[in-house]
Amino acid sequence: MHLKGENVSFGYKRNNLILKDVNISLGSGEVLGLIGDSGSGKSTLCKILAGYENKYQGKVTLDEKEIPPKGYNPVQLVFQHPEKAVNPKWRMNDILNEGHFVSQDILEAFGIKNNWLNRWPNELSGGELQRFALARALSPKTRFLIADEITTMVDSITQAQIWNIVLDIVEELNIGVLVVSHDRNLINRLCNDTVYLKDINNT
Amino acid sequence: MGNKAEINPEKELNTEKELITGLGTTSGNMKKTEALLKVEDLSLSFTQYESGLRQTELKVISNLSIQAYKGEILAIVGSSGSGKSLLAHSILGILPSNAKLDGRIEYNGAELTQERKEEMRGKEIALIPQAITYLDPLMKISNQVIGCVEKKNEGLMKKLQREIFQRYTLKPEVERMFPHELSGGMTRRVLVSTAVISSSKLIIADEPTPGLDEKTLNETLSYFKDMADKGCAVILITHDIEAALKISHKIAVFYAGTVLEVANVEDFKNNGENLRHPYTRALWNALPQNKFQAIKGHQPMQDEVIDGCIFYERCSRKKALCAQGLPQLKQVNGGMVRCNNAS
Repeated sequence: MHLKGENVSFGYKRNNLILKDVNISLGSGEVLGLIGDSGSGKSTLCKILAGYENKYQGKVTLDEKEIPPKGYNPVQLVFQHPEKAVNPKWRMNDILNEGHFVSQDILEAFGIKNNWLNRWPNELSGGELQRFALARALSPKTRFLIADEITTMVDSITQAQIWNIVLDIVEELNIGVLVVSHDRNLINRLCNDTVYLKDINNT
Repeated sequence: MGNKAEINPEKELNTEKELITGLGTTSGNMKKTEALLKVEDLSLSFTQYESGLRQTELKVISNLSIQAYKGEILAIVGSSGSGKSLLAHSILGILPSNAKLDGRIEYNGAELTQERKEEMRGKEIALIPQAITYLDPLMKISNQVIGCVEKKNEGLMKKLQREIFQRYTLKPEVERMFPHELSGGMTRRVLVSTAVISSSKLIIADEPTPGLDEKTLNETLSYFKDMADKGCAVILITHDIEAALKISHKIAVFYAGTVLEVANVEDFKNNGENLRHPYTRALWNALPQNKFQAIKGHQPMQDEVIDGCIFYERCSRKKALCAQGLPQLKQVNGGMVRCNNAS
């Protein structure tokens, strides 16, 4: 299975493009790194690939077919700040199972303790919240995971913990991962291949 | 508050003091100068309502001591929730009203009371915040950098601000821009300018680096180095050990609201065998360019009550002694460590 972005262009203003004719392809089970300067459009590209942003030019396809606008999106995006991706007025249990019922195996793999499920989001640290965000994104129907700086805000031990778990799960489920980070050492450690996004130009 | 009553506070203060002077002479590059900022045995707790009118105290910082010297950069590293930012807020006196602060903070030899904090902050003591959200979105950049000055000083400050902008290669049109028009790197330079213009002596930078690309990161770090070279004491709060190692002189490692180790930059090499605390070693070995090896477990939650060493659960070398009381901060190899096994 392949997730492809072909000739993707995007800009907030007509004559000020952030992305111009970007081509990117990600295969199942592949772990691909994406590096670029601040403002080069990495996060925008992530949003386009995961279907959060629709007003772009070009094509995003999953095995040559367009991604259906309704139903479960097989391309899941996880952000840098998990505290902004959860409803502060829901308990963690509801947040976790919002999209589908997360299996016990996944919870155990992420080391999510049962008593965390009763807490509110502001009672957990960033690293703990990010585990929830990843656990709910890695459903059996997920084919691709887009990880936009998911461990930028955590310490090195938590970073290693989270990535070791994610790599195990994606390998088992044959999920393709796009890793966005400024940390070259992290990208070198995780990825088979790396894409460099230059300012306003091809990759 | 339970564990504080057990130790004799006066006795502990004395031992800490001896350690501080000892450390100042051994690793202070032959400078026998007094620390510009001394934090001694600081504890911070928040009063919270549990249910109805029942109150509980949530202890977030305990028995914390650090020193910052002129011309040096002290990095404070640790995971989120370890109390790094709260320490900064304690020094600046910007804690919420339900906070209870114990211990002593000394600045330039005299105690830093709340009144003195209010007088000093923005002048002698400056905070460089993390993000653009600390800027007023509806105010022009130059006005924010200059702040409120008296009318007669306005021209002078304007001149100074232009000089600083030039030094940081910010174009003249930037001063008329609004925050949303700046890029990440420009925002950083503007935030640094706010600290430079007040000619502060103590600069506290709270997580100034996450999300910056390599070029902007190195640029930002060079500003801090520059400030230290000019004689400021810089406290760099971060969880990015690699960034901290590039410019700092000493690294204080925070965990669950206290300092576990104060190490010198040279100690971070190879497999971390020169590091004194197992947690610091684990942080070092977890870096992707090192072993990318994670230890199990989590930092204890703030509402968990722990009698022994706060790292006990995750430590690979724990002994029976470690379950009884928090180990004292002691001097080892030109650094400090809070561990029973270190020697």
